[in-house]
Amino acid sequence: MSASLDAQAPGWRAWLLAQAPQSRLQARLGSLYLGWLLLLANPLALVGMAIVVALLLLAIFAPLLAPGSPYAQDLTQRLLPPSAEHWFGTDELGRDIYRRVVHGGRVTLTIVLLVAIIVAPVGLAIGTAAGYFGGLLDTVLMRTTDIFLAFPRLILALAFVAALGPGIENAVIAIALTAWPPYARVARAETLTLRESDFISAVRLQGASSLRILIRHVMPLCLSSVIIRVTLDMAGIILTAAGLGFLGLGAQPPIPEWGAMVSSGRSFLLDQWWVATIPGIAIFVVSLGFNLLGDGLRDVLDPKQR
Amino acid sequence: MSVAAAPDPTGLRPAGVGRRSRSGAWPLRAAGLLASILLTFFGLLAITFVIGRVVPIDPVLAIVGDRALPQVYARVRQELALDEPIYVQFWIYLSHVLSGDFGTSVLTSRPVLEDILRFFPATIELATLATLMGVLVGVPLGVLGATHHGRWPDHLIRIVGLIGYSVPVFWLGLVGLLILYARLDLVAGPGRLDVYYEDIVDPVTGLLLLDAALAREWEVFANAVSHIALPASILGYFSLAYVSRMTRSFMLEQLRQEYIITARAKGVGEARVVWRHALGNVMLPLITVIALSYASLLEGAVLTETVFAWPGLGRYITDSLFNVDMNAVLGGTIVVGAVFIGLNLLSDMLYRLLDPRAR
Amino acid sequence: MASAGSSLLSVEDLQVRFRTRHGVVEAVRGISFELGREKLGIVGESGSGKSMTGRAILRLVSPPGEVEAKAIRFDGVELQGLSEPQMRRIRGKRISMVLQDPKFSLNPVMTIGAQIVEAYRIHTGAALVAARRRALDMLTAVRIRDPERVYAAYPHELSGGMGQRAMIAMMLAPDPDLLIADEPTSALDVTVQMQVLAILDDLVTSRGMGLIFISHDLNLVASFCDRVLIMYGGRIVETCRAAELHQARHPYTRGLLASLPRVDRPVDELPVLRRDPSWAQGA
Repeated sequence: MSASLDAQAPGWRAWLLAQAPQSRLQARLGSLYLGWLLLLANPLALVGMAIVVALLLLAIFAPLLAPGSPYAQDLTQRLLPPSAEHWFGTDELGRDIYRRVVHGGRVTLTIVLLVAIIVAPVGLAIGTAAGYFGGLLDTVLMRTTDIFLAFPRLILALAFVAALGPGIENAVIAIALTAWPPYARVARAETLTLRESDFISAVRLQGASSLRILIRHVMPLCLSSVIIRVTLDMAGIILTAAGLGFLGLGAQPPIPEWGAMVSSGRSFLLDQWWVATIPGIAIFVVSLGFNLLGDGLRDVLDPKQR
Repeated sequence: MSVAAAPDPTGLRPAGVGRRSRSGAWPLRAAGLLASILLTFFGLLAITFVIGRVVPIDPVLAIVGDRALPQVYARVRQELALDEPIYVQFWIYLSHVLSGDFGTSVLTSRPVLEDILRFFPATIELATLATLMGVLVGVPLGVLGATHHGRWPDHLIRIVGLIGYSVPVFWLGLVGLLILYARLDLVAGPGRLDVYYEDIVDPVTGLLLLDAALAREWEVFANAVSHIALPASILGYFSLAYVSRMTRSFMLEQLRQEYIITARAKGVGEARVVWRHALGNVMLPLITVIALSYASLLEGAVLTETVFAWPGLGRYITDSLFNVDMNAVLGGTIVVGAVFIGLNLLSDMLYRLLDPRAR
Repeated sequence: MASAGSSLLSVEDLQVRFRTRHGVVEAVRGISFELGREKLGIVGESGSGKSMTGRAILRLVSPPGEVEAKAIRFDGVELQGLSEPQMRRIRGKRISMVLQDPKFSLNPVMTIGAQIVEAYRIHTGAALVAARRRALDMLTAVRIRDPERVYAAYPHELSGGMGQRAMIAMMLAPDPDLLIADEPTSALDVTVQMQVLAILDDLVTSRGMGLIFISHDLNLVASFCDRVLIMYGGRIVETCRAAELHQARHPYTRGLLASLPRVDRPVDELPVLRRDPSWAQGA
């Protein structure tokens, strides 16, 4: 059994690394595999990937890693320094900071995923429509995109939150409203190269409607560039969300959001440094992880930048 | 041209092929530029207008209070033109803003424009100093990274830059205050000046360092320096991260070009090859990068000013936000947006002026 | 090996290799030649190592390229023994180089004048006024009619032919003894090619300089140079006098000659060049 598996593994490798691939699929998978190898050869990207994976595991297994409620108060245990019992100390309401940081990973991940889920389809729809139909629609959509791109993103997000009212959902909407333009740009550029290709003409000749072509044929092909762009943007989204939380415009207390935790720890900064500092370290480590991973991905995808 | 001048690596190709002598189209291009700026500004106003309408607060109640008589309420509502069709309202809004009328701040009960003019210089002072630091350190670091491509100085500079991309500015500000101010007492704490020194210098430019120097109040100047040093260094670090990263990537591109080999073949020393020939070509796209970095610092001021109790525009906007003072928030947004547009325009014009191929 | 007069440059067992992810690529595999004050052509297809040979002499092969040689002797001096500052006094001053395409090989944000002046002043320390006069003289020498205008122009404002003349003017301004011209006319229009070649020929002959003319165009080299080296796969496969090229024996050279169309002997189909891997192996 094991012998046949051993024999198969190098066979797969050879198949993936073949100089002359037999099919499109093999070529595609082969280049993906090469990219994977390049990513593995980049220690910084590996560190980034490890951090991101750790964040995912942390969010999934939060109740196991930090049992107990992140909201549980114990006023007799206020502002305790880090110890064996409370690894990261306790905050002004006697809540265990370690527990809150671990559960905060869920909040951060939720915000990032929600923004991605809103932004990617919106950018994709606007970009592909502009690129596919061209003409007046293209001009109008791209002008709008340019206008949004020319604005101060954080301040615009602030103004949106001011209008919608503070809270996680509104913070997500505000970030999404300011984050979609680059995705529209990417999707449009990709669509322009696809529009004239033979297979799209073939589908059109078969009588497929424009909407069907867009959704079934163009969008799936633009998806990979959009997803890559999302990875590169993750750190920025995390920092913006944390900034909104810090200003008191994002997640509201008592939700264990890292930015809001830094903000509430401010008052005790001089004597109980850990309350404000530790959630900040969490923000830093996670966005560094996304940045390192994104940087590695960029290297793989664009060798010239190296 | 796109107003959102994203750093465009294709703008770097040497000896712009096909860009030659288009000077005949200059008035046309200028008109296009102007049109796109007006359009962007119009978009900015449209967005702020929409935001102003979405607010779930009755603007009339905000003025008259909730115990006003129905007649008073109706009169104010009419004064605010809230019964008019939406496009008429937008037109009124447009003409007000364009004549510099952003309304009155609920918080300070002064015209918003007056407030902004009072608070903006503090932000400009901070962002300018930070950008200066970011450019003066970031450009050489980026060059160094490119000339040591793939070796340890390059990796080190890359990591320093990535950390700058990842660190939350408000947290770094707090940690800086904790260590440098509270523990080591190397710099002064929050605010622009110690209370003791306030109101000694008359605001002429609004830039405190400049005003103090003009008035020859060196004690005030020293105190102001001690206050601005930490926030400016922290913002400067973010500028440095961005500028050094872009410089490095532009330099790598230029050092691969043929004219570099020509310069070396002439016997030009390596230092001059790097700093004169390659960097000379990098300075052009860097103008855009520096403008973008300056703009993002104006924006980053929202968070920094909160941490450092810095009486600038960012803090004005956030303070107004918490008091649901929408006139002030939107006025501030418009001003920062307008500065963004202006910076884009400025960098575009500088580029055209300095690039022999674009003239 | 035939050598014309006293040896200006002698290269012995020159090797250039690149270590890459996919293994070592040998660009030049141990070539030797001598050069007097003559015009030597190096001919080969792309990838034959001819450009790397030129750059290796000036020590301009950048990492990951590695250069190794038993000797690179110029005017009695072993270049490999020189320090980098000493080498800089050789570059431009004693040995100069003209690159292929002026569109890329001139600095786009410096005026032509500034670039010529720089080349001259580095080696002579001349005052700006003198350097300017020298630059204008050089521009006149390459038969540019309005040197003042070209002096103040930026590279993109010049045509390819003009740009290459300015390049030649720049590289000859410090009066070098040897010029390495790396495909100096390949990027130019055919009509302009001849003019630029004539100028180059004129200047090199009248100054009694040595010239290494690197090209893929065997006909051009044969009509222009005194002697020709044929390179294939990083090796010299044949050396002969340009006038005796038709007597060349190596199958690669014969193949190159046969694949050129000739007006006096029309054929229905030009023979395809056949390559034998063993040419690159044995020497």
